[in-house]
Amino acid sequence: MKTIHVATTINGDALEFACAPEETLLDVLRDRLGLTGAKEGCGTGDCGACSVELDGRLVCSCLVLGAEAEGASIDTIEGMAVADDLHPLQRSFIDHAALQCGVCTPGILVAAKALLERNPDPTDTEVRYWLAGNLCRCTGYDKIIHAVQDAARKMRSA
Amino acid sequence: MRYERPRTTREVADLLSLEPGMARILAGGTDVLVQLRSGVVEPDLIIDIKHISGLRDIVPEAGGFRVGAAVSGAELGEHAGVRALWPGVVEGAELIGSTQIQGRATMAGNLCNGSPAADAVPGLFTAGAVARIAGPDGERDCPVEEIPVGPGKTSLAKGEFVMSFLLPARPERSGDAYLRFIPRTEMDIAVCSAAVSLTLGVDGRVAEARVALGAVAPTVRLVETAAASIVGTALDDGALSELQAACSAACAPIDDKRGTIAFRTKVAGVLAKRAALIAFERAGGKR
Repeated sequence: MKTIHVATTINGDALEFACAPEETLLDVLRDRLGLTGAKEGCGTGDCGACSVELDGRLVCSCLVLGAEAEGASIDTIEGMAVADDLHPLQRSFIDHAALQCGVCTPGILVAAKALLERNPDPTDTEVRYWLAGNLCRCTGYDKIIHAVQDAARKMRSA
Repeated sequence: MRYERPRTTREVADLLSLEPGMARILAGGTDVLVQLRSGVVEPDLIIDIKHISGLRDIVPEAGGFRVGAAVSGAELGEHAGVRALWPGVVEGAELIGSTQIQGRATMAGNLCNGSPAADAVPGLFTAGAVARIAGPDGERDCPVEEIPVGPGKTSLAKGEFVMSFLLPARPERSGDAYLRFIPRTEMDIAVCSAAVSLTLGVDGRVAEARVALGAVAPTVRLVETAAASIVGTALDDGALSELQAACSAACAPIDDKRGTIAFRTKVAGVLAKRAALIAFERAGGKR
């Protein structure tokens, strides 16, 4: 098995890793780089728990090969808070109790951040469609939508 | 398994031709990674085509647009020019999967994965899109409807791969639309689907039409009898009924967990009728 050497940028930091050709970006993040925020829910791109941004695009890291990270820029949940200062979305999810078990939460936060960067004032319907690829089996989604909308309001007035 | 990221189409053709085992093209990876991980395919070689010049670009060409094989659904949807010229193609491509899947999934992958339920494909058929295929003997152009030949099967020869599509120029007074049936609002695979593209004459009647159905046969299917049933009409109720009947008559679906033969046969006709009305309105038609 040939090992591939990959030079990439993760959360703004240049770093390098070696991986097998069939290894996914999710496996690399979790098992080689210790970035365990992205979760494996389904492994087939249905649940969104492994969401990261790849060159500014929201993707499922379970459907990206580690080798594809070469020369790319990746943003994960670990880069969302600045030291101890939570991102407004993270703060809002806590304030609105928009999580229970927390497995889906990193993916939903990464996805919601990508939405608000493109559309700072989405409708509830737009939030629901944007997050349709992020499954949550605990909350029933309403609290998530409220938390995203409240964070959006605070970010607009900040 | 080896992973290669060539820089030229020539290298891709060489890699594909020389590989004795199974090779797979990787563009968005939203099908191939799932198949890889589930063990459905065990490729010896994965060829990432995203670093070939032009394959991630959308460029104007001959009044239409050339769309690279590695252009994602999200990139296509953000392109105002393609949206304006071929809204039905874009709405089909944008129905594939979630936001995350849209960030990666490509029309070329959707076509070459060979699913009869592929959402981007009926719109490509009715657009008369032409695929540019690179292979060991150079490049050739091929109408998109000649590429799928059965579930998971394409007419591409060993060494060949799709490098781009040409979405052609279209006359004034043209419109297209794509509709699918799924039991939910999002994140599902078409139970059946229909695309219609048409051009109106100066008299407001349909001068040209193309109709395609998805998930009702082993491949997406162009239905010429359905197109013929609306040409020359102002899409009156009689013409729409004929369109619907011609579509249902062209269905040869299977029964499966997503839908029955009877359901697919009926609903495909209904969707074609509704898609025709949307395409007609987009073309500026008045009933």
